[in-house]
Amino acid sequence: MHNLTAITSTVTAAFLGSFVEVVEAFTIVLAVALTRSWRPALIGSGLALALLVVLVLVFGPLFALIPLQLMQFVIGTLLILFGMRWLRKAILRSAGFIALHDETAEFAKETDLLKRQAADKRADYLAGLAAFKAVLLEGVEVVFIVIAVGTAHQMTVFAGLGALAAVLLVLLIGVFVHKPLSQVPENALKFAVGLMLTAFGLFWIGEGLGFEWPGADLAVLGLLALFGLVSAMAVRILRTRKAQGGAAL
Amino acid sequence: MKLMASIARELVGLFVDDGKLAVQLLSLIAAVALMVRQAVIAPGVAAGLLVLGCILILAYSLARAARR
Repeated sequence: MHNLTAITSTVTAAFLGSFVEVVEAFTIVLAVALTRSWRPALIGSGLALALLVVLVLVFGPLFALIPLQLMQFVIGTLLILFGMRWLRKAILRSAGFIALHDETAEFAKETDLLKRQAADKRADYLAGLAAFKAVLLEGVEVVFIVIAVGTAHQMTVFAGLGALAAVLLVLLIGVFVHKPLSQVPENALKFAVGLMLTAFGLFWIGEGLGFEWPGADLAVLGLLALFGLVSAMAVRILRTRKAQGGAAL
Repeated sequence: MKLMASIARELVGLFVDDGKLAVQLLSLIAAVALMVRQAVIAPGVAAGLLVLGCILILAYSLARAARR
């Protein structure tokens, strides 16, 4: 099963999905570091990463106990819920029905909150807590993405490498840029990841139900193309409707 | 406790944003899986129904959101 298509799609999905989450965590950690200091930012982030490692070490081996077909079905279901949620939001954002996610605004909001807490005796603790929470919550999403795209085909290592590459890339860019990564085309990334996760989810539910997809792993690309086409059409129709003043849909 | 609650909320939010979308998708998957288990339909037909069902559910959810 470890053919090039499966490996490439697994690594790409894990990389892109993780990249979006890491950018969001980075924004908060940077706000904490620049408003308070690097100490609470690094302590909060470090504790969150340690907790994530413990969670993975405790719960990771349990996955090996679940039969593969059941695992594919369950993870496929979660992937469809996760992927369709991202896809729906990305389509609505592309069509202008909901606002784009703005890292600069998020950074300003967090900075403002931290400044208001500056007089508090627990300011460092609160700042560290903000970093902890951001890294833990976004980290849980990264762990889910790695497990979801990696486990069903026993390619968790490849998915993990994709996620690690995303973390390193964000850190590398962050070191040079030293401000929120607002230029990252987040909606385009979420669009792509939503499509990939939906395609993976459908593929694995099918396999979990005993269906052998034509073309085996290549069927994921077919599903990706089909949902890409449907989504592009949806954006086009919604944009037209919006331009017409939201006439009856 | 507040932290745990917000983490739990965030975890649920990973999969559920629009409640109706989540319920419709889960119902589709459950119905198709049940029909395969009861041998009412073949796995191939189930896969086709899933793909078509997901597209229709997505279209309906988008239309509903755009109407709001």
